[in-house]
Amino acid sequence: MSPIGPAARLHIDWTRCDGRGLCAELLPEALTRDDWGYPLAAPGRVRSGADKSNVPVTGAELAAAMDAVKLCPLLALRITRP
Amino acid sequence: MWAFGRVSGLVSMVLLTASVLLGILARSGRPLLVIPRFSVTLLHRNISLLAVVFLVLHVAPLLLDSYARVNVVDVVVPFLGSYKPFWQGLGTVALDLVAAVVLTGVFRHRLGPRTFRTVHWLSYAMWPLALAHSVGNGTDGTSAPVVAAAVVLCVAVLAAAAWRMSAGFLETAAVRRSGGNARKGWGRP
Ligand code: SF4
Repeated sequence: MSPIGPAARLHIDWTRCDGRGLCAELLPEALTRDDWGYPLAAPGRVRSGADKSNVPVTGAELAAAMDAVKLCPLLALRITRP
Repeated sequence: MWAFGRVSGLVSMVLLTASVLLGILARSGRPLLVIPRFSVTLLHRNISLLAVVFLVLHVAPLLLDSYARVNVVDVVVPFLGSYKPFWQGLGTVALDLVAAVVLTGVFRHRLGPRTFRTVHWLSYAMWPLALAHSVGNGTDGTSAPVVAAAVVLCVAVLAAAAWRMSAGFLETAAVRRSGGNARKGWGRP
């Protein structure tokens, strides 16, 4: 993460997501999967206790994040500005 | 034209089958050996689009062929054709379903997940119609190699469909079943 903060945020809509894991493959640094396969912010990405469904992504990860938004079979992902 | 329309029809049947199989695999959330999940999804999409290309190459030549006597209305409206109207009509219905599935797939970000998923289910109706059309309407549809190929495709899709309906289908099935307090493990179609 650059000192000026994340380039964007990836919002995960857990009500739509079914934990198919595409996004975690595309963003291995930013996302991990819980036991049920659902993606959430990787440890260290957000302050502990913070919302794990709004994941900060770096400028370098932005392209992969946009691919994930496009490819998510359940349209559960969205890019939001920080 | 006639021969070309036949070959492209058979190619699109094989591609549609591959697409259905990859779609089922993608739905399971599993990678394919070394191919990651997002690549399986991309393959599913690209092979479907390739099947559409071959469907155009299948239908367009028959429109131009004087022997086939297919007109523009026959391409969209089923069961009006002059040659084996029933079997040709099955192909027409399948073609309409492919158009619906592909268009809602391409525009799914605008249509939303509900429309996309509901229409996408029609793929399961499309596939057997397309196969019946291939065998019943094709000039060499009942020749030994085509029938043998049709049997192979059928077994593959039936096996995949059976797997799709089995309890262990999802990659995370075991955890979701055992964990009574899963965050949101309840049923999805
Ligand atoms: S790609 Fe979509 S459905 Fe799959 S885990 Fe990510 S957000 Fe969930």
